[in-house]
Amino acid sequence: MEKPGFFKDRIMPVAVIVAALVVIWYIAAVFLNAPFERDTAARAGTPITFSEILPKTMFQERPVLPAPHQVIAEIWDTTFNKAVTSKRSLVYHAWITLSATLVGFGIGTVLGILLAIGIVHNRAMDRSLMPWVIASQTIPILAIAPMIIVVLNAVGISGLLPKALISTYLSFFPIVVGMVKGLRSPETIQLDLMHTYYASASQTFWKLRWPSSMPYLFTSLKVAIAISLVGAIVGELPTGAVAGLGARLLAGSYYGQTVQIWSALFMAAALAATLVIIVGLAHTAVLKRMGMKP
Amino acid sequence: MNTSLVFGAIAFWLVAWAINEWLVRQTFRDRLANRAVRLVVPLLFGISILVLWEGLVRGLNVPFVLLPPPSAIGVRLVNSVPTLWADFQQTFLKAVITGYALGCGLGFIVAIAIDRSPFLQKGLLPLGNFVSALPVIGVAPIMVMWFGFDWQSKVAVVVIMTFFPMLVNTVSGLAATSSMEKDLMRTYAATWFQTLVKLRLPAAWPFIFNALKINSTLALIGAIVAEFFGTPIVGMGFRISTEVGRMNVDMVWAEIAVAAVAGSAFYGAVALIERAVTFWHPSMRSARAA
Repeated sequence: MEKPGFFKDRIMPVAVIVAALVVIWYIAAVFLNAPFERDTAARAGTPITFSEILPKTMFQERPVLPAPHQVIAEIWDTTFNKAVTSKRSLVYHAWITLSATLVGFGIGTVLGILLAIGIVHNRAMDRSLMPWVIASQTIPILAIAPMIIVVLNAVGISGLLPKALISTYLSFFPIVVGMVKGLRSPETIQLDLMHTYYASASQTFWKLRWPSSMPYLFTSLKVAIAISLVGAIVGELPTGAVAGLGARLLAGSYYGQTVQIWSALFMAAALAATLVIIVGLAHTAVLKRMGMKP
Repeated sequence: MNTSLVFGAIAFWLVAWAINEWLVRQTFRDRLANRAVRLVVPLLFGISILVLWEGLVRGLNVPFVLLPPPSAIGVRLVNSVPTLWADFQQTFLKAVITGYALGCGLGFIVAIAIDRSPFLQKGLLPLGNFVSALPVIGVAPIMVMWFGFDWQSKVAVVVIMTFFPMLVNTVSGLAATSSMEKDLMRTYAATWFQTLVKLRLPAAWPFIFNALKINSTLALIGAIVAEFFGTPIVGMGFRISTEVGRMNVDMVWAEIAVAAVAGSAFYGAVALIERAVTFWHPSMRSARAA
């Protein structure tokens, strides 16, 4: 058997696929943007050949599908060439979304862990609450998001908190499910051992249940942080496009600024990736510290 | 403020909780009774929450805009069935079901197609995992721009949202068979197709159903949120955003109730099919024994 190389088996396939996607993107951009150029030429009454159309499709003001370099240029421009506090800066909008995400994620994590502890330690809670926790997720909360925002605005709560609440609602679920599983993961034999030590419920919790739930917790945290970013972005839609990545998306779609939509989308993707990676690093660090193999 | 209503509601909730506490400690001889208890406990909890909601909202005079009492929502629900049905048709029957079927089908087919190419798998799998963590919902404005305001654009959003979870889960499901089992199929001189149908697909069902369940909620969310970016004057997302603007909160809650029931029913249907198809899986066996 050949030894799997990091470069050959991990980096190269992904790189090839990404390169292929970029090529497809360019081709699609040419074909999707070409009709507009043809129309303009026809209106002007000048014949136009394909080789003339081709470069034009790359630099349209409002393309149907912006070419990758246009998006990258826009991201570069709005990230590094604008003051961070300016409303034209993508960093400013990303920060607003990020702060709502993090607050919601924090509340959601605490709430989720507390609920899980309750469910594990109380049978009535387990039987009566768990079905509703699951049912609560089949409700498309993102659909309720605008109402929560508008209603909370009506009673004078605005800004960060309503968005954070939506993130909370979305992120608590994976944590509850994961933590219930994790807190129950110690085997009977281990629980019996604690019993023979005459350990109290809290001792069993801190010395056995809590440590053994860590892998489950971090797996859930990864899902939760990604989903709470989605919550924050959707929460920004109904505020009338004030600020944040969601507002950039909405404003872009109102005014047909496709390049702006795509750049906001890429920024959101980068943000999500960074957050998930940070949680992943914390995962590895904690498990290593605990002497477990991640 | 009406104190008696508040206390009445709280008392009802406490009594219901006490009954639940008592019920979960009982074990009945009869299996049917045990099953009934499993059903009654969450039901009682739900009802007590509704009563508590009603009592607190009415007793504390919470403004109607902030949180209407459940009874008002129920009345509104019954009175506006035609509207709700039209919205349901537009959003659920047209956009969600079509998009769900297309997205899951495509994800499945692509997973099978790249099954024979380890190179493509290694390339697509990390990307698929990455995309699953992204706020895919953000493509909604683009799709609305491309495919117009009607349900076709919502289908496109749902397809994109459901495609990647399905792809990733199917690929890892197909990889779930052990080499021992594959070797056995080889000794039978089974072709790749026979191995796929008789061994690897059945082994992959739990993973595939996992994706189907995740996607059932994702699809509904995708369709509703996509409607915020532009829609004809019908649809659940449209109704929610316009009625919020007109402060008709009871209508919004009625729509939410419909969405919740539809979402739960969809999820439940997938879970039932899963139980029928993967009856052999340990998680199902233990559920049946209990």
